[in-house]
Amino acid sequence: MTTTEINGVTINVNDEGYFLDASQWSKDIAVEMAKRESIELTDKHYQVLEFLRNRFLKGETLTMRSIGKSGIVDIKQFYELFPGGPLKMSSKIAGIPKPASCV
Amino acid sequence: MKRILILGAGTAGTMMANKLRKILSKETWNITIVDQDEVHYYQPGFLFIPFGIYNRKDVVKPKSNFIPYGVEIIYSAIELINAETNKVTLANGSLLDYDYLIIATGVQTKPDETPGLNGELWYKKIFDFYTVEGSLAMQDFLKTWTGGDLIMAITEIPFKCPIAPIEFVCLADEYFTKKRMREKVNIIFVTPLPGAFTKPIATKMLSTMMADKNVTVVTDYYIEKIDNKNQKLISYDGREVHFDAMAIVPVNMGADVIGTSGLGDDLNLVLTNKNTLRSDKYENIFVIGDASNIPTSKAGSVAHFESEVLFENLMDSINNRPLKAKFDGHANCFVETGFGKATLIDFNYDTEPLPGTYPMTMLGPFSLLKTTWINHLGKLFFRWIYWNILLKGRKLPVTSEMSMTGKVVPADK
Repeated sequence: MTTTEINGVTINVNDEGYFLDASQWSKDIAVEMAKRESIELTDKHYQVLEFLRNRFLKGETLTMRSIGKSGIVDIKQFYELFPGGPLKMSSKIAGIPKPASCV
Repeated sequence: MKRILILGAGTAGTMMANKLRKILSKETWNITIVDQDEVHYYQPGFLFIPFGIYNRKDVVKPKSNFIPYGVEIIYSAIELINAETNKVTLANGSLLDYDYLIIATGVQTKPDETPGLNGELWYKKIFDFYTVEGSLAMQDFLKTWTGGDLIMAITEIPFKCPIAPIEFVCLADEYFTKKRMREKVNIIFVTPLPGAFTKPIATKMLSTMMADKNVTVVTDYYIEKIDNKNQKLISYDGREVHFDAMAIVPVNMGADVIGTSGLGDDLNLVLTNKNTLRSDKYENIFVIGDASNIPTSKAGSVAHFESEVLFENLMDSINNRPLKAKFDGHANCFVETGFGKATLIDFNYDTEPLPGTYPMTMLGPFSLLKTTWINHLGKLFFRWIYWNILLKGRKLPVTSEMSMTGKVVPADK
């Protein structure tokens, strides 16, 4: 475990910069995390981040399918908002763990 | 007369039928189990079929062999679960009341969920090894295949047996090497995840595996569609991967009836408390095996460990006691790595796969995160244990809760 400092707040992160404690997140912190990924957050970004956080906090699996059916964005729009690996990147900005398998 | 109704007679449902019938009085409790298929499949064996190691006869037995005397088995599809009125409607029209419902309906592959997958190349050049038919079709195909781009692709997570695609490429590497045509085959592993391995310690210990076997790994790849004409995978971000043959894990979803009954999420997985294994909404519904949405792997070992927790909690519920048993997400899986070796992983909700020995410290006999021939023997011998011990609801000499015995936590953790 390491820490990173965002807006003067110390956040516990893993080696790849993913939050270890989702409760340390806030919208302000998200702005900074997004900047580090060269993204400027819009309302649409925030809606997706809230969606991801809600699902994670309820213990539900995050899938591309669920985002595509969320009514907030379709999958192509998701890629436009978070270019590259959108699920990976949006999870980091949303302060939740990287999508992973069992091994 | 009260009834416990079990939906699904696969691994999980069969174990529960056996465990419950042994303990519950036949005078008070009717136990009924429903499944649409009369055949019981040993699903871990499917992986070996494309490579001619197993055939159909090695992975099938009649379900009736494993349903104990005193349990009523009905072969029928299930139409609707009415959790408000405690009634299940079967496809043949009959209505079953229940006092307790155990949902063990598993997950199924849905090739139709990916455009182009269930198309002209399905079971001709594109195969799943999640069905006997798909595995056998692939066996026939590989026998005379002269080489090219062989893709192992994953469409979406979660899916049952998350380890199987890794095992597939390992066995493919062995298969073509033994056929003296390995250099003619370009094996490509395509995953929506950030890597073939995603947990830190496993990644460190197994990271060279793909490169050592000359397998290319394509990551963060979400398949949008299959172009059958040009034999290409196309991702949502426009990346294309050509194939001459493909093994694919289609989207996995829970049984349709879960969706129609309003009990599941958008993958038709039943909303389940991850510790008690009881439905979040209905106190007389429990869920076991792949059918639930709990955040651990979909694997037979999970169903086995869950069965002990579910049994205790169901007994507590029947006797009006608070539920005490907690499932910790325990799973373990042998991982075939080719050439007579395998590795083993053992983990739960909170602990990633760690190195060490299992189940006993030092004595093992199995090694965690190391490839050994004893692990491989364990994987093969497991089939006997499955048919003769596991399915019959008998105990195995391992703890249902994950144990740290034998595990070595790396110094830098």
